Amino acid sequence: MGGLVYFSSGSGNTARFVARLGLPATRLPRRGDDPLPAIATPFVLICPTYADGQGRGAVPRQVIRFLNDPAARALLRGVIASGNRNFGATFAMAGRVIADKCGVPLLYRFELAGTDTDITRIRTGLARFWTEQEDTPCLMQA
Amino acid sequence: MKDLTHSRPDHRAVPRAVNWNRLEDDIDLDVWNRLTVNFWLPEKVPLSNDIQGWSQLTDEERTLTIRVFTGLTLLDTIQNTVGAPTLMQDAITPHEEAVLSNIAFMEAVHARSYSSVFSTLCQTAEVDEAFRWSAENEHLQAKSRLILDEYDATASPLRKKVASVFLESFLFYSGFYLPMHWSSRARLTNTADLIRLIIRDEAIHGYYIGYKFQRGLERLPESERQELKDFTFALLFDLYEIEARYTEQLYDGLGLTEDVKHFLHYNANKALQNLGFEALFPEDACKVNPAIMAALSPNSDENHDFFSGSGSSYVIGKAVATEDEDWDF
Repeated sequence: MGGLVYFSSGSGNTARFVARLGLPATRLPRRGDDPLPAIATPFVLICPTYADGQGRGAVPRQVIRFLNDPAARALLRGVIASGNRNFGATFAMAGRVIADKCGVPLLYRFELAGTDTDITRIRTGLARFWTEQEDTPCLMQA
Repeated sequence: MKDLTHSRPDHRAVPRAVNWNRLEDDIDLDVWNRLTVNFWLPEKVPLSNDIQGWSQLTDEERTLTIRVFTGLTLLDTIQNTVGAPTLMQDAITPHEEAVLSNIAFMEAVHARSYSSVFSTLCQTAEVDEAFRWSAENEHLQAKSRLILDEYDATASPLRKKVASVFLESFLFYSGFYLPMHWSSRARLTNTADLIRLIIRDEAIHGYYIGYKFQRGLERLPESERQELKDFTFALLFDLYEIEARYTEQLYDGLGLTEDVKHFLHYNANKALQNLGFEALFPEDACKVNPAIMAALSPNSDENHDFFSGSGSSYVIGKAVATEDEDWDF
């Protein structure tokens, strides 16, 4: 089974979600000058959304910095995005931007710190996803 | 003539000039940028396209809609004239004060925009009557009173933030439900567009004030943190009691009360999450009518995600260029 990498800003919603998920996960640093973690195994990215009204700036700068590294990007297998439906059409838009940009599937979207149903679906979904990844290793390429 | 150099104990300190190139908290600039880019005025929404749809509502539906909007106007007025200004006194950084001044002004825009709806769709007499109704409505007055008591200048800065997040992220939603309901039935869709702009702003306000609350909370000893958490849930219970009665009074006639209450529970949980706390209402109580959710975030469900989709196949995004120049691959 692959790993998880996530970003969480000062509001801490994504961090609280990942803690409840109870799976090993690596947090990207909040600040621009902090060193990025070295990732050695395939992973799914969990990313919150910060889009403006036109959808610009949906992906946090730190996540862009992380994905700009070809070695990290090559190991990205899928993305889970969070957001707030009150932002209308741009809800969880970071997920769609990253999926399109990196050629990986958008696996799931949830709001703020997520619900218990979100936790269950993601645990089940990730277990199935990594099993399928092992069965068809050539399907995914970054 | 006054001696201006003489120092009096009640002298206001000269504020520090705000330097946006020296940030103490990056979030201040991030939120400032989001709020200013999202700036709007009601004149940009073609409300007159709703005139025909308005005439097709029953008298009861029209009265309800005007009353709901006067109730929302009251909350925006409170946040414009009391809420955001009182939070400015507690700001930790000068940039936070600047962000709050933007929030205060946008609340004035929101309050003003309901009057744009009224002047486009309604008769002056029925609007005046609805404003009288809101000034006398016991539930509307009671929830305003609970919030204003916390905004009292002597109250704790963190309690003010809790009250403010509940106003921004919870109390509006008994009202916001109605234009989303009309929109889901293809009625008053331009008015719904305007309401969605307000909802988007309130979401950023709730996020930001909740974030500042969490920063303040983490500096307190455990006993005071627990006290504030107890206060938060107690205030939510009190506000919910009032909201439930207000909802019954407004929506029983249309048979929508239970539907609205699910929406209230869902939003109360989100308000708690903005403050960094866990949800209160169980998921069964938060199952919002899918038509309302679709009206809230139209077009955001075009691409079903993989885990919650029905099929086992999924579309892998095709690599596209985004306009963001920070991406260098």
